[in-house]
Amino acid sequence: MSPREIVALSHYLTKGSDSRTLSDATCEVAFADIAHTSCLGVEPSELAGRSVLLSLSTQLVTGIAMIELDGVARRMLLCPPDVDMSYAADLIADAEIDAIVTDTPERWQGLGIDTIVAAGLPLHPAAAAATTHATSWLMLTSGTTGRPKIVAHTLAALTGAIVGDTVAKDAPPTWATFYDIRRYGGLQIFLRAVLGGGAMVLSAPGEAIGHHLARLATRGVTHISGTPSHWRKALMNPAIGSFRPDYVRLSGEIADQAVLDGLRNAFPHASIGHAYASTEAGVGFAVNDGREGFPAALIGNAPGITMKVVDGSLRIKSTRAAHTYVGRGAPSLTDADGFVDTGDMVELRNDRYYFVGRRDGVINVGGLKVHPEEVEAVINQHPSVRMSRVRARRSPITGSLVVAEAVLASVADAGRTGAIREAILANCRASLPLHKVPAAIRFVQQLEVTASGKLARHA
Amino acid sequence: MSVRLTIVSAMQQVAQEQGFKTPELTDDLLLHQSGFDSLGFAVLVARLEDELGIDPFSTADDAFFPETLGDFIGAYENVPA
Repeated sequence: MSPREIVALSHYLTKGSDSRTLSDATCEVAFADIAHTSCLGVEPSELAGRSVLLSLSTQLVTGIAMIELDGVARRMLLCPPDVDMSYAADLIADAEIDAIVTDTPERWQGLGIDTIVAAGLPLHPAAAAATTHATSWLMLTSGTTGRPKIVAHTLAALTGAIVGDTVAKDAPPTWATFYDIRRYGGLQIFLRAVLGGGAMVLSAPGEAIGHHLARLATRGVTHISGTPSHWRKALMNPAIGSFRPDYVRLSGEIADQAVLDGLRNAFPHASIGHAYASTEAGVGFAVNDGREGFPAALIGNAPGITMKVVDGSLRIKSTRAAHTYVGRGAPSLTDADGFVDTGDMVELRNDRYYFVGRRDGVINVGGLKVHPEEVEAVINQHPSVRMSRVRARRSPITGSLVVAEAVLASVADAGRTGAIREAILANCRASLPLHKVPAAIRFVQQLEVTASGKLARHA
Repeated sequence: MSVRLTIVSAMQQVAQEQGFKTPELTDDLLLHQSGFDSLGFAVLVARLEDELGIDPFSTADDAFFPETLGDFIGAYENVPA
C-alpha cells in the first residue's frame, strides 16, 4: 500500500463537531486539539516506522497516543494495565518492539529497549507526524492463563464493521464502554467514536459502578457497550435509574435471555442487541431481535463473513478477522481454508443457534459433559437472581459435580434464599438433564469479574 | 442429629429431588438396589461432606465403596471428625 492510500486515525480528528471530546473520570480532551498537540515526550515523527509498545496507566493517554501513532509507527502493541510482566521480554521479542511509550518507565527498564518515551497530560503543541505507514495493530488475547498470544490487525480490519454503520449527522452519539479500550471490545467503541464523529466517555479502573453510571448519565452517553457481566453488575446498582442510553450492546460473553430481558426492563426505549466478536475472529455479527442465540440463517449468510459449525464449535472466516498471530512458534490463526475456530460451542434448536459455552470450560460429570454457561443461563432466569457462576466440585464417584453460586438481584430477598434455591433447582430439573443440575447452590454477595469484563471462572 | 439420621434424611432428600423412591432404608439394603445411581451417590456424598465435614471416600487410601447401607453409614461413623 502506498502512503497516499493510508487513512490514519488522525485524519478523523477534525471531522464532526468541534466540541466532541474524549474524557475519563478526571480529564477531558477535545479531539480537534489532538491534531496539533501531543502527549508524547518526543516529536511523534521520531517514532516513524518503529514498533512501539504502549504501556500507560490511563486509557485517556493511551487513546491519544494511538491516534498520534497510527499511520506513523510500523507496529503498535496495546498493553492492558494488568499485563503480566513476567512475559514482558517475550512480548518484546515476539512483536519485535524497539520503542516503548510509557508513564511507568521503571517497569520497562533492563529489557534491552533504548527508546523509552514518556507520555502524559497536559498536551503540548506539536506538529503531527506525516502518515507514512499502514500501522499494524497488535493486541493481546484475553486468555486467563499462560503466555498471552499477540494478534495482529490492520485498521481496515478493525473498522470493517463500522463503515456503513451510519450515525445520524444532526445528533452525533456520545459513546461509552465498560471495556478498557486496549481490548478488542473497547477498541471497537473507541474507533467508532473517532471515525463516526462522536464524543467518548472512558471507563476508569477502580471506579465504583455507581459513580461510573452517574458520570455516564451526566455526560449524556447515548451509545454504550459491555459484557453481560458488566451489565449484570450495572443492573444491580440503583444509579442505573438515571441513565438513559439509546443504544445498548453486549459482547464478549454469552448474552442470555435473563440479561437481555433485564436491559429491556431498564431501558424500555433503547435499541438493545448482542454482538459476536473476538480478538481473533473480529466482529462477527449482531443480533437485534432481543432474543438469546442467533438465527440459523446467519450461518453462511451474514454480510462480509462466512460461518460454519464443525464439531459443535463456531468457525468464522471474515475480512474483519485478525490476520495472524505474531511471534516465533506462534500457532496458525486460521485453518487451511481461512476459518478461525472460535472455541465457542453452539447448539441448534428450532432454527436458532444457542451458545452453550467454551470448549475448554467443560465440566465432566461421570463422563457426561456440562458447559457452566448453559446451567448459569437457567439459574439466571429466576427473577431474584442477577448473576451466577457454575463450577466443578471434585467428586470421588463421578470425578466432578456441578455446583453453583448465585448473586441476588435485591437484598430484599436475602430472607428467603431457601425458597429461591428450591425454585432455581426446580427450574434446572425441568429444563436440564440431572447431571447438569447443581448439587449445591450457595448465595454470595458478589462474583468477581476479570479486567477483560468476563466472569472470573478460575478464581 | 446423629450421623445415621443425617445420612438417611439426605438420602430421602436426594431421592425426592431426582424423582425416585427409595426402598426401606435398612442396614442390609444393598446399595445397588437403593435406587441411587452414581450421580445420586455423588450428590449424596457431596451433601454429606457439607453437613458432616467428612468425605470418607476421598480420604480413604484405597478406593472402596460399600455394598450395603450399613457399611455406607459405618464409613461415616468410623471416620474421626
